Amino acid sequence: MISFETLHAAPPALVAHAPVLMVAAPLIAACAAALSPSARTSWMISVTGSIFAAWMALALVGEVARRGAVDYAIGGFAPPLGIALHIDGLSVLMALLVSSAGVMASLYSGHSLAADVRAEKHTLFQSGFLLCQTGLLGLVSTGDAFNAFVFLEVSSIGTYALVAIGEKRDRRALPAAFNYLIMGTIGATFYVIGIGFLYAATGTLNMADMAARLATLSDSSVVQAGFAFVVVGLGIKAAMFPLHGWLPGAYSYAPSLIAIFLAATATKTSIYLMARFVFDVFPNGAAFGQGFITSVLAPLAAAAAIVCSLQAVFEKEIRRVLAFSSVAQVGFILLGLSLASVAGASAGLFYLAAHALMKMTLFMALGGLAISLGARRIDELAGVARDAPWSAVAFGVGAASLAGVPLTVGFLAKWRLIEAALQSGQIWIVAVLAIASLLTLLYVGRMLEAIFFRPAPAGAQRAREAPVGVLVPLLVLAGLNIWFGLDASLPEQLANAAARALLGGAS
Amino acid sequence: MSTGELLIFLALVVPLFAAAAIYAVGRMPDVRETLTIVACIVLGVITISMFMRVGAGDPPVWTVARPMAGLEVAFRLEPLGALFALMASVLWGVNSLFSIGYMRGKREANQTRFYMCFALAMFAVMGIAMAANLFTLFIFYEVLTFSTYPLVTHAGDVRARRAGRIYLAMLVGASLVLFLPGIIGVQIAAGTTAFTPGGLLSGRVDAATGNALLLLLVFGAAKAALMPLHGWLPGAMVAPAPVSAMLHAVAVVKAGVFVILKVSAYIFGPNLISALPAATWLLWIAAGTIVIASVVAMTKDDLKARLAWSTVGQLAYITSAAMLPAAAGLVAGGLHMLVHAFAKITLFMCAGAIYVATGASKVSEMGGLGRSMPVVFSCFLVGALCVIGLPPFAGMWSKFLLISAAFGTKEWFTAAAMIVSSLLGLLYLAPVALRALLPPVGDGSPRAFIRPGGAPGPAVAAVVATSIGCVVLFLFADAVTAYLAPITGRAR
Repeated sequence: MISFETLHAAPPALVAHAPVLMVAAPLIAACAAALSPSARTSWMISVTGSIFAAWMALALVGEVARRGAVDYAIGGFAPPLGIALHIDGLSVLMALLVSSAGVMASLYSGHSLAADVRAEKHTLFQSGFLLCQTGLLGLVSTGDAFNAFVFLEVSSIGTYALVAIGEKRDRRALPAAFNYLIMGTIGATFYVIGIGFLYAATGTLNMADMAARLATLSDSSVVQAGFAFVVVGLGIKAAMFPLHGWLPGAYSYAPSLIAIFLAATATKTSIYLMARFVFDVFPNGAAFGQGFITSVLAPLAAAAAIVCSLQAVFEKEIRRVLAFSSVAQVGFILLGLSLASVAGASAGLFYLAAHALMKMTLFMALGGLAISLGARRIDELAGVARDAPWSAVAFGVGAASLAGVPLTVGFLAKWRLIEAALQSGQIWIVAVLAIASLLTLLYVGRMLEAIFFRPAPAGAQRAREAPVGVLVPLLVLAGLNIWFGLDASLPEQLANAAARALLGGAS
Repeated sequence: MSTGELLIFLALVVPLFAAAAIYAVGRMPDVRETLTIVACIVLGVITISMFMRVGAGDPPVWTVARPMAGLEVAFRLEPLGALFALMASVLWGVNSLFSIGYMRGKREANQTRFYMCFALAMFAVMGIAMAANLFTLFIFYEVLTFSTYPLVTHAGDVRARRAGRIYLAMLVGASLVLFLPGIIGVQIAAGTTAFTPGGLLSGRVDAATGNALLLLLVFGAAKAALMPLHGWLPGAMVAPAPVSAMLHAVAVVKAGVFVILKVSAYIFGPNLISALPAATWLLWIAAGTIVIASVVAMTKDDLKARLAWSTVGQLAYITSAAMLPAAAGLVAGGLHMLVHAFAKITLFMCAGAIYVATGASKVSEMGGLGRSMPVVFSCFLVGALCVIGLPPFAGMWSKFLLISAAFGTKEWFTAAAMIVSSLLGLLYLAPVALRALLPPVGDGSPRAFIRPGGAPGPAVAAVVATSIGCVVLFLFADAVTAYLAPITGRAR
């Protein structure tokens, strides 16, 4: 067992302001990166800002373990009037996830950016990337519903631009970004309309305050409408089936760095916010909340797991396979959450973290290969294992983890989901998980067969091994897939604490 | 690291290291084959010493990792596992000897991959044999499926790839949809999946849960080819003969019935098995499998297909043994696992030797061939009589014990199915050898050798070795049953 309570990662003076520093560090770095004279400098700024944010997140892990939750009133204005950052076990899990994904992605960007992005845009690209991190970190740490909208938009606007920058490699990035922009804006608008309704009903924007007042209110149609708008808006952002149309394009044509970062974080943070509303802000007694979970959330999640896995099976472009797979895996995560038990939420959140790790590994391996090889279709990856063995092995580990092969973290994640579903007596969820896992195995098998077993066709463009700057973070990620498969106590405890924070009072 | 831990570690590392080394020296066939044989011998020594330690009441134990609360990657030898490990490592050696003759005689491609996957499969088998709980067992069970897949598809043509797809789909599908949920169900019911003498679940589950878990685990272990999950096995006989020999004797199907025996003895235990209606249902299904498979085997002219269907039936004997109430059949089942392995590997290696020497793969093409290949066909006769269960071959003892256990527990269906199937075996296995050995009827002259000199020397040596094994086990069957006695949960 690891004891987070004895974790003192930073000096007390910093820890006292860690919540705001964690969000502000990438923001300041974003400004600095935009003004920096060279691509190299902007990269170093980006790495520094990301590492600092991750450091603060780590410091908060210890702090939350000791104090249960950390509240930070921005500017000293006490909530509910002032904006407060509220960091509990769930926030800390998400913050650690986002910031470490940021560190990995920024390290990776040093040697990969030139292949994806026009030279004159490198500084702006880093700036946008840091802005996106700011938004996501703010989103998971804020205790204010409207403030969450602001951070959601900060990250989204950064993301739209970053996806569009991928036009150097593939012009389809432009329509994909536009599509994403439209859908994302609709989602954000729905969310803010929902907040408007809830503000009208409760007169507050602070989440904890809102929860307290909603507990005393009856289920008025205003509250119900607010709930519906919030959930649908966030459903779009989280690529919840069938609102996921924007995702495959955005993941496929974005620069590889952004695909890596988005795959690990973007949909996950929206799931986080949805979970906050469904389980935390709305009191558990709200009958329509329960109804939503059992008759909307769970069936849609199951449909996502099956339908999108099938789509992935029949897809030919490799990044689109992974994108559809992500939508399906969002279904897995939501299935866990829909069990509405601590075990289920913990399993869902564990899966969320595991999925972030495996998808980062996969997208990073592909990104590294894409530096030398313009491969888009699975067929074009034939024989890569011979030309770029390390990247291929890392991809293989990530894929094995995705398929749930034993001794990888993906296996434990599936194990916990099935265990939680059986404990709740939801046999049909077990069946859905098993069938979706089989489909996963199919598309993973197809990719691995091409990479490892098929010879490269004569005269085809040959891949080169990724540069060291890419290989190091890549192999670290692949190693973590196995490490956590052998000893998952770290993510397990974080997920358990997060689930207790989410459902603590209810269970 | 204690001696026990060291032995377990070595039993896992030797085949794994062998696989890596075989890959590294792939361009030098002589070194590669020497390496395989050396690894077989080393592994044999390790498994023998583990076998002795278990017999002396000092089983090797090793806990490797605890991935999550309640889950352990851990190993613990017990009599059944020690026997399985020893059997697999000995037969791996014999099979490797045969492979060298066969693969060179046939000038097969991709031989390095072949030997490497063999070694990897042995790694998986060792893990399965030594696993201390279902969680650990599951890990290696999957490794076994994936490491044998390239062997099944070795030929690389359309038929082989189709068989490979069915192989993967059925085995992995059953694992994910049935086996894994079953294991997790056990974990929830008992808080652990450790193999416990007397039965882990005994007294911890109600009848409905027990039934569901038993069905999930028995069908989930699809490698035991219990109908209706048997389709992959006859299909997989498109693989080269050494692979078939290995699937049927050394590794895959034996791992399947091994799991069923383990689940019966250590997860459910004799008391629970006696109480559960699902065990009776499984007995009927197994009895049906025994009879149907024997009948189908009679209709097959292709020798390997006939042998494969015979395996489906023989595996169901062991499944029946595991499901008989009050642990009556457990020891007999363990013995039959061992005996059938020796007999079936003999038969498949004979089929391979005949094919290399003459190109004949159909029973109807083998009339009179015994004149030119007397040794091989005599060995085939030994293997056939051993499977049928006639003295002086070891099969007699296991069949005798199985049938008397079925009578003793008043499972008339099972007993009748076993007797009928043995008689059918007399009709479809023995004539293959007899028609080859006896003077040919009619005027057709037997096929000539397509390979100068007939069957390769190492292949014939391997066949002779396992036939002698069939006789030796006849003499020492009592020692084996005494060794296995503790698995019934009663004191020795």
